[in-house]
Amino acid sequence: MRALSWAYLAVAYAFVFLPVVVLVAFSFQDGRLPVPPFQGFTLDWYGRVLGERDLMEALVNSALVAAVSSLIALILGFLAAHALARVRLPGSVLMRGVLIAPMTVSYLIIALGLLTVFNQAGVRLSLWTAGVGHVVINLPLCFAITYAAMGDHQKNAERAARDLGAPEWKVLLLVSAPMLAAPLAAAFFLSVTFSWDEFIIAFLLTRFDVTLPVEIWSMLRSGISPATNAVGSLVFLVSVTLVVLLEVFVFRRVK
Amino acid sequence: MTAGVSIRAVTQRYGTALALDSVDLEIAPGEFAVLLGPSGCGKTTLLNIIGGFAEPTSGNVLIGGRDMGGVAPKDRPTTTVFQDYALFPHMTLAENVGFGLRMRGVAKAAREAKAVEMLALVGLDGRGARRPHELSGGQRQRVALARALAVEPDVLLLDEPLGALDLKLRRAMQDELKAIQRRVGTTFVHVTHDQEEAMAIADRIVVMNGGRIADQGPPREVYLRPKSLFSAGFMGEVNKVPVKGGEAAFGPVAVPDGVLCIRPEAISEGGSLRLGPCRVVETVFFGTHLRAHVAPEAAPGLRLVVHLPQGAEVETGAVLDLGATDFVVLEA
Amino acid sequence: MGWGLVAPALLWTAAFFLLPFAAMVALSFAHMEGREVVRGFDPGNYVRIFTDWTMLKALLNSLEITVVVTVVSVVLAYPLAAIIAFRVPARWQRLALLMAVLPFWTSYVVRSYAWLLVLGQNGVVNKALLWAGVIGEPLEIAATRTATVIGFVHFFVMLLTLTIYANLIQLSPNYARAAADLGAGRWQTFRHVIVPLTLPGVVTGAFLTFVLCIGDYITPQILGGNAELTLPQLIMLQMGRSGNFPLASALSVVLMAVVTLAYFASSRWLRLDRV
Repeated sequence: MRALSWAYLAVAYAFVFLPVVVLVAFSFQDGRLPVPPFQGFTLDWYGRVLGERDLMEALVNSALVAAVSSLIALILGFLAAHALARVRLPGSVLMRGVLIAPMTVSYLIIALGLLTVFNQAGVRLSLWTAGVGHVVINLPLCFAITYAAMGDHQKNAERAARDLGAPEWKVLLLVSAPMLAAPLAAAFFLSVTFSWDEFIIAFLLTRFDVTLPVEIWSMLRSGISPATNAVGSLVFLVSVTLVVLLEVFVFRRVK
Repeated sequence: MTAGVSIRAVTQRYGTALALDSVDLEIAPGEFAVLLGPSGCGKTTLLNIIGGFAEPTSGNVLIGGRDMGGVAPKDRPTTTVFQDYALFPHMTLAENVGFGLRMRGVAKAAREAKAVEMLALVGLDGRGARRPHELSGGQRQRVALARALAVEPDVLLLDEPLGALDLKLRRAMQDELKAIQRRVGTTFVHVTHDQEEAMAIADRIVVMNGGRIADQGPPREVYLRPKSLFSAGFMGEVNKVPVKGGEAAFGPVAVPDGVLCIRPEAISEGGSLRLGPCRVVETVFFGTHLRAHVAPEAAPGLRLVVHLPQGAEVETGAVLDLGATDFVVLEA
Repeated sequence: MGWGLVAPALLWTAAFFLLPFAAMVALSFAHMEGREVVRGFDPGNYVRIFTDWTMLKALLNSLEITVVVTVVSVVLAYPLAAIIAFRVPARWQRLALLMAVLPFWTSYVVRSYAWLLVLGQNGVVNKALLWAGVIGEPLEIAATRTATVIGFVHFFVMLLTLTIYANLIQLSPNYARAAADLGAGRWQTFRHVIVPLTLPGVVTGAFLTFVLCIGDYITPQILGGNAELTLPQLIMLQMGRSGNFPLASALSVVLMAVVTLAYFASSRWLRLDRV
């Protein structure tokens, strides 16, 4: 039984890593196509990718959209979670349901809905419209994570602060938020991850300035190429580094 | 079914930490033994070793004469009542209680009959179809007990099972545990940090400290004739007065050198060992007695705790001539 | 005071989620005349969806693929999560888990593209099988339903391993101990105690898989080829080529309805707050 377990683990890892290994390996392909046989090692594709202006702009756009939309989602989610967890409002179950609802709707449908509304309202498509969509998908997440993390010892600390004379906004800023630093950081990080990688909303709701996944998609249109491998490998490398850094600096500390 | 437990030179080491230091203990069949001590004293470690959840670094455990070295929990004649009860939430009470029998291949009808019998034993008859989440803490505890006894183990291990209950419920459960143990006759080994609980239920108390046994014996003996300073202090309040060359701080005493230990309730106006006149510093009414702090005139810096009768009318500053009716002298 | 705090989030959700959704549903009852959208209460789009064979085929396609992907992913992920939770020494569990889900961090688009490379006619799998002499000619895997399923399973096995693992380690270790104490062997403990207790978590994960899979455009578009379309692909097609937003909206509503049905089917075990 033991041997079977380890064998399964090995096969599972092999399956999980197969596409990534192929992706990274053939990004160094000295040849036109990123398929076997491996014709030699070169960094040319990386050079080309890093020099391509459209790609670099798309990268910056992705980072901007991710950061801004996640921040908005975090603030809105935190305030709402705080209100619903602390104050007894009528219809709070319904409100919670409404705030969480977007999580179960396909991104395609959210994008389509927004596109419909923006078209009718005559709003031009841009990174902003894509950002709006990203807030919609990340708000439920930030809300749910914060709501689940609100517990009694924060409640008591907040009461103490109020008792000592702090106005409500100061209680939120100086007591509640710092005490929830870990879940807030987790929610932000998760939102950034989802936004950064999100394709369909960005695809439908942007026009001229696009995000990285959309730019990669256009690259795919022209067929397979080691350049795409290079971009993918870079994105992977950056994401993994961020996760490792987060693990080392944020999660270890909080423990 | 019942059996005795023999613990022979059991040592448990975790890295550099010594959780148990060559512990020897004999528990007779049918005895209700209580492992008593502060947290970290090794009582839970010892319980886990008896149950098979940990293997000792060295030493043997024998149950009913059989060496349990390398024997897994499922093959030992022991069952455990866990601190958090660990009732299976997805099964009914009857299914929970019958679980051990099911694992032994007992037929459904027989299992169900036994479950009914055990639930009745713990005072929950008729509730077999309920689920754990519908019960209160005290009720869940009883189901855990029923489940553990259903397989008729030789030894029942209890890991601070009453810790989560409030005082009144705890007292009631202590009485019930004792009654049930008398009825089934199984050897019970019970871990607690509460000395009052130990005295309420134990046939024999084993006081542990720092991985070693500090004292053991029937409750009366451990309380009135403690064998170590630690045990004297742990079992209840005690006045400790050093004695050297027949002299104590408050005057001459005809006892050997060491630490004179006197329980507060053993001090009164009578008593063979005279403490001399003592000034009352403070009194507090405790319901069953009047708790007084006194300072002997011969040693005004010394403070003794005395339990005076409920109706005593004593004021702060009064001087009483006190003596001890019972005492022990222990090594420092 | 509470209202003030919760209002921004509610307003945003109302304006950018509920309103668009309502607008979309309203649009689904309109129809196209040439390039113009004519509003009204016309169920024509819905009639078309359920009578036009290509549309029904796309719906059936999506359902079949999603069900297969969900079942296969759960079956493959549960043992993986269990092995990491119970067999791997505690010190290495975090690392083992991280390794199992690391490819999660490639961009979703890139990940599907990578499978295209692996499964293509000139790809790694075919080249390896040819070299080993197992086959004489390259297999056509890419641009078929199989490739789509493989691509999906790859993603969801990682997702489910995460969620099932989180579920497994949440279980109090005393449950397993109590079972062993009462005479249950390893397999019996797993079957009678661990599996039933983790079932709600597994169902939640399966539901999540179902929802994400049936609504995904990217993987079928990259790996599925043009022979069979899924519902999301059909929606995108209607939006792009013909600009038939009403029909696209109607198809979206049908997609939502399927997801809602799945929700009610699994609601007995579903605990969305426990994801």
